[in-house]
Amino acid sequence: MKQPTIRAAKWLSTLPLLLCSPLLHAEAATGEASSLNLRRGATDISGQVYDLHMLMFFICVGIAVVVFGVMFASMYLHRKSRGAKPANFHENVKVEIAWTVVPFLILIFMAVPAANTLIAMEDTSEADMTVLVTGSQWKWHYKYMDKDVEFYSLLATQREQIANKFEKTENYLLEVDRPLVIPTGQKVRFLITSDDVIHSWWVPDFAVKKDANPGFINEAWANVNEPGVYRGQCAELCGKDHGYMPIVVIAKEPAEFEAWIGEQESIARQAKEEEQRLLSMNMSMDELMTEGERVYNATCAACHMPNGEGLPGVFPALKGSKMALEDQPAHIDIVLHGKGGTAMQAFGKMLSLKEIAAVVTYERNAWGNNTGDMVQAKDVNAVATGN
Amino acid sequence: MSKATEIVTPGTAAHSDDHEHHDHIPKGITRWLFTTNHKDIGTLYLWFAFIMFLVGGAMAMVIRAELFQPGLQIVEPNFFNQMTTVHGLIMVFGAVMPAFTGLANWLIPMMIGAPDMALPRMNNWSFWILPGAFLILLSSLFMEGGGPAFGWTFYAPLSTTYSGDSTALFVFSVHIMGISSIMGAINVIVTIFNMRAPGMTWMKMPLFVWTWLITAFLLIAVMPVLAGAVTMVLTDKFFGTSFFDAAGGGDPVMFQHIFWFFGHPEVYIMILPAFGIISQIVPTFSRKQLFGYASMVYATASIALLSFVVWAHHMFTTGMPVYMEMFFMFATMLISVPTGVKVFNWVATMWRGSLSFEMPMMFAIAFIVLFTIGGLSGLMLAITPVDFQYHDTYFVVAHFHYVLVTGAVFSIMAAVYYWLPKWTGKMYDNTLAKWHFWCSLVSVNVLFFPMHFVGLAGMPRRIPDYALQFADFNKWISLGGFAFGLSQLIFLALLIKACRKQGEPVSSQVWEGAEGLEWEIPSPAPYHTFETPPVVK
Repeated sequence: MKQPTIRAAKWLSTLPLLLCSPLLHAEAATGEASSLNLRRGATDISGQVYDLHMLMFFICVGIAVVVFGVMFASMYLHRKSRGAKPANFHENVKVEIAWTVVPFLILIFMAVPAANTLIAMEDTSEADMTVLVTGSQWKWHYKYMDKDVEFYSLLATQREQIANKFEKTENYLLEVDRPLVIPTGQKVRFLITSDDVIHSWWVPDFAVKKDANPGFINEAWANVNEPGVYRGQCAELCGKDHGYMPIVVIAKEPAEFEAWIGEQESIARQAKEEEQRLLSMNMSMDELMTEGERVYNATCAACHMPNGEGLPGVFPALKGSKMALEDQPAHIDIVLHGKGGTAMQAFGKMLSLKEIAAVVTYERNAWGNNTGDMVQAKDVNAVATGN
Repeated sequence: MSKATEIVTPGTAAHSDDHEHHDHIPKGITRWLFTTNHKDIGTLYLWFAFIMFLVGGAMAMVIRAELFQPGLQIVEPNFFNQMTTVHGLIMVFGAVMPAFTGLANWLIPMMIGAPDMALPRMNNWSFWILPGAFLILLSSLFMEGGGPAFGWTFYAPLSTTYSGDSTALFVFSVHIMGISSIMGAINVIVTIFNMRAPGMTWMKMPLFVWTWLITAFLLIAVMPVLAGAVTMVLTDKFFGTSFFDAAGGGDPVMFQHIFWFFGHPEVYIMILPAFGIISQIVPTFSRKQLFGYASMVYATASIALLSFVVWAHHMFTTGMPVYMEMFFMFATMLISVPTGVKVFNWVATMWRGSLSFEMPMMFAIAFIVLFTIGGLSGLMLAITPVDFQYHDTYFVVAHFHYVLVTGAVFSIMAAVYYWLPKWTGKMYDNTLAKWHFWCSLVSVNVLFFPMHFVGLAGMPRRIPDYALQFADFNKWISLGGFAFGLSQLIFLALLIKACRKQGEPVSSQVWEGAEGLEWEIPSPAPYHTFETPPVVK
């Protein structure tokens, strides 16, 4: 009756090794995206981190093999069914000192390279350029500190894919509408903060994970060796759509990067001029509703839901709400400036005047909110400038 | 109220002039409501913990069902977050901690030769406020907007400005749980200090008693800190304070410092009694005295002390000065030394013993192996530069489930199998026990081991949906999860049989190698034991 238990217990002894073996194989295939192990990544630092990880891993496996080896040997050799008689010892000062001191030495062996890598990682001095990264529910905002370029970066995966109506594509949940672009071979410093709750900006290939704390600014940096597309995700629970705020960074050769950033600056300039021109123009109801629906689904639907009904008790409904049916200036104001102490953020810097005009019009006429109100860019500008 | 007095009287058992009442066990619901008997209260705690384990487990099943494949299938993200939050709270405060308190109630008086706990009425109270606390917490799930959805760690400002009204219920339920824990801890300390039998000196106390004594001090030290944290969350959310709001001069990261100053010792609150249990079981089934008793006591005390100076290793990514990161890295690594001593002592106890593999021993061996795996991944997590990669991924989820499920929960199961015959007087159904053990062992590893891989490959925790490269492992993880959940129904069946007193009668010693005062009283343990203290030589 004891036999099966013993046999199974012996089999159990091979379990840790068996389970670790895929990880050992994975090590051979570094460089590619592994589904088993950390990646070596794209910076010198991420390579050091990877080496540290593998060192720790092998030391831990070594310790496990020795400790479990002795234990399973004892389970085999000293079992009662084999006629083992218990020995009498219950302490041994020399052995006890040894197994306190030896682990301590192993720890020092681990601590030295770890401390060196840590100091290198936290040295953000002498950066070639700086990007301000701001998290908000549930998107990232990037601002190039010495250039006139800033933009939001939103999840680009279609809702229908998430709802299992369309086939999921290769970069499901890891794709954005506007990726961050940085140059290779330069030390890029990231200043990281948040507009609302705590987020965490994580790009595994750079070994950078830093919390975005509202009201405080954190620093991190990366010097990317190879051009490429690097994907990450928000790593700190930040509310309902925490799983839906990916990070995509494209590293380009410096010359290509300069060309790209120049282009972005001129696009930004043109957009400002366009904005001024629009102030004197009126859009038709159809144009406003079409544009408004697009903006609403991209920006507002995450909380207020595509049907405008919100999430009772969490996010208020717009359908039939007093705000959307009656007070138009207050409606524009809350979209522009947000509402303090709630999850409603300010969209004034995220959306253009035209987009805000369209989305407010849409909210006042969709889902049976048939007010017939049309809001134009100049109406939004009036609220924004206080005229 | 003469009726109430009548029922309380037998339980208090202090009336030396009233001997015929002593073996009279009260009947009906009032026995359980008004009981001051440590054995009854221990049973209540253990059943409550098991029910909460099943409730929290059901929530884990919802989580794993949603994560079975990519995309949103079963629940909305907001409800998913409520499930991860309440699963964590229930398992920590409703399952593991009350189970250990239940074991403490049953065993500490019997192990030190005391007739009962020192403060029996408070003992009743500290149990009976718990169901209320969890009813409040669970009922918040049915509020408009749902229950708490900010993770069991309730980081501000997600739990303050950005949370729903159910936060108030969450705060009050945590307060009640905290009060219950503190009262339980006071009772343990007072009992151990004052009610040890003559001759039961400090260094003769069984290790389960020692580890619980140290745990109780940890509880008294940190539960008030948790109470402070939830109170500040409450006032930030509802009364306009700005403890954690930079706009009002506060700091959201300060919340994490306060929370983890509670949270890290809390981790040891959930594992030190487990060390005690394993240190009782391994010598029994090795038929050999525990190796290094004194070093076990000192190691437990050093772990407890160190646990107060490592909290910020949960916060390496929050942005700390580099020298603080180094301090917390080194201090954390240091904890592996006393923890290692414990594992080595257990192995040395087994070495050249005369081993047999009854169910408590099987769970204890599984504990040693799997807890050590969790300990080693903990050592990897201590290394700050690599922690930046591991932090908030499934690697962490794998780590703490190895130490809490295959660690704490397996030790509780080991304890139940070990002492159940003493409690009921009958041997448990060994066939069911074997099924329970092997199904649990295999499924728990299918459940938690692949989490290491998806975490290293980059899957963040607390997400309801994930990128396609994580799909294969998540399917396995979910299947392992369902199997582990179902395996616990075998345990339920076994416990019901045991409570119906089915099975072979056992001797007072129960296990051939068992030593200690609890094995000298008859099986089942009489309602009142050690009314005359035994003399320990």
